[in-house]
Amino acid sequence: MTDLTRLHAHEMTALLRKGEITSRQLTEAHLDVAERQNRALNAWLVITRKEAIAQAYAADRRLTQARKSGAAALAQLHPLCGVPVGMKDLVSVKGGQATAGSKILKGYIAPFDSTVAARLRETGAVFIGKTNMDEFAMGSSTEHSAYGPTSNPWSLDRVPGGSSGGSAAAVAAYHIPIGIGTDTGGSIRQPACMCGVVGMKPTYGRVSRFGIVAFASSLDQIGPFARDVRDAAMLLHAVAGRDERDATSAPVPVPSGLLSLAAGDDEAAGYLRGKRIALPREYFVAGMEPGVAAIVREAVATMERAGARIEEVSLPHTDYGLASYYIVAPAEASSNLARFDGVKYGHNDRSSGEFITDYLRTRGAGFGPEVKRRIMLGTYALSAGYYDAYYLKAQKVRTLIKSDFDKVWAAGFDAICAPVSPMVAFPIGSKVDDPVAMYLTDACTLPVNMAGLPGMSIPAGLSDGLPVGLQIIGAPWSELAMLRLARGFEAVTARAPWRGLDPAELHLTDDPKTPSPIDRKARLARASASGPGEQA
Amino acid sequence: MAALTRADVEHVAHLARLGLTEDELARLEGELNHILDQYTVLTGLDTDHIAPTAQTIELANILRDDVVRPSLTVEEALSNAPERSGSHFVVPAILGGESAGGGA
Repeated sequence: MTDLTRLHAHEMTALLRKGEITSRQLTEAHLDVAERQNRALNAWLVITRKEAIAQAYAADRRLTQARKSGAAALAQLHPLCGVPVGMKDLVSVKGGQATAGSKILKGYIAPFDSTVAARLRETGAVFIGKTNMDEFAMGSSTEHSAYGPTSNPWSLDRVPGGSSGGSAAAVAAYHIPIGIGTDTGGSIRQPACMCGVVGMKPTYGRVSRFGIVAFASSLDQIGPFARDVRDAAMLLHAVAGRDERDATSAPVPVPSGLLSLAAGDDEAAGYLRGKRIALPREYFVAGMEPGVAAIVREAVATMERAGARIEEVSLPHTDYGLASYYIVAPAEASSNLARFDGVKYGHNDRSSGEFITDYLRTRGAGFGPEVKRRIMLGTYALSAGYYDAYYLKAQKVRTLIKSDFDKVWAAGFDAICAPVSPMVAFPIGSKVDDPVAMYLTDACTLPVNMAGLPGMSIPAGLSDGLPVGLQIIGAPWSELAMLRLARGFEAVTARAPWRGLDPAELHLTDDPKTPSPIDRKARLARASASGPGEQA
Repeated sequence: MAALTRADVEHVAHLARLGLTEDELARLEGELNHILDQYTVLTGLDTDHIAPTAQTIELANILRDDVVRPSLTVEEALSNAPERSGSHFVVPAILGGESAGGGA
């Protein structure tokens, strides 16, 4: 039998419906590879085999029942029925852990399902486990996880990006066909870019945030990872839509067209014809790796050859995105994270018996260095005397950033194309002690969160053997149009030599002698301490 | 914009209820000032007549019907409590003295 983990989710759907494979077979194949390779990748914080097998049995019963009842009953099932999925470990799944990559939530068991988990449960999708992430989604490399870094399957000494690095690496490594991440400043798009998979941050308000551990509430969105555009669209379809339990989830209909993107490459190529695409000159930032810029420009040229019209535009406030984001996001985070007081759940230290001392110790020991930095920044920006200079100023800049984008939509453009990350995946340890250098990796993604827009990363090629993504940014609620463009690009590059390549070091993850990411981190730290240029 | 002194860092840490070690305070003083330096780019931008944006989707308040529906049970709500007493969370005393329960 062919390796079931190599299938796309939409191929799994077809085979499941025909009865040629069972969800149990699919689920076991994915569990086996995830369990075998996790030591070398650390993409998973927990793999829930027992629960997954039970869900797979239930999905098989639904599929069998529907098959007996005929085509109409099968069509009633969501295409994800029986398909394995992984979720970032900040998504509440009833009865399971949700650490958010933090020690402060170690041992916490979610007493309820998030809306995302409940909707996926309803479709019959099978939950393989929970993926690694930067603590509270604060980071761009997954190195800020309290549970050790994740390796990039393309180069195990490198980061997978972040904060949803575990989901991106697990999808790239065929542990799951699709996965859930969250994106506050680039945390889906940047790891998708660095791991060579598709990732989408939907419009703010498209997916309910109920039951997701909050980072910055006006910026956070939940979205899909997948190995192709059709699968990303399917997963978005399953989780999107208005939810009464999140007052910011919008009453905007979820397009059914998400489930019927063109399967054939000829038809899909037609999605590009006549589309007006804006290329913002400010996104080719100083310090961008030339290899990355070249691939993004080549991708845009490919779209043009396929019939799209490319025009350069200016988004003049782009350069203010980083500073304003790093005021707004930490400010909201410092407020959200005030709930971790060791009373209702989570780590607690009651050793002194004195209220303030225990409170300080609980939070001092429970949070890691990046979370502390952001809480400090946010608390400072909101504190008396500084509110106007920082937080209010940043919110005004946010208005200007949003209006830059509004002008592009008013001019009739269908989408904006841009780089995702100014660099390919970087070595573990190379930026973790330099917060500003780490923050700069998100310069091209965070303005999109500031404006609340949908954005996605799709694979566009390799630079020095490492993946480079193309960012597509759309007007609010234009996810379907964006996914069609992405599907069109996928179709016209279907025969490109970089398509269909396995992540270059994936084969090493089967070798029990391959070091874990924690060992790599220690080795790389020793190498860099012994002098520049010593890094392997 | 002003630079943060060591005393400022300690003050903000206390406001944020973060117990930090000497090492952490020293490192944060440098790091926070380096990050604040990046913010100075904003001072050159005239925003006097710009309205702030707090949320990006133009939704008015959406209210749901005011009906009772199932929520977490007491057992579920208390399932992660470090310490409980019957159907309550045990919280640290925040008022000093024997008569902490007295009215104010």
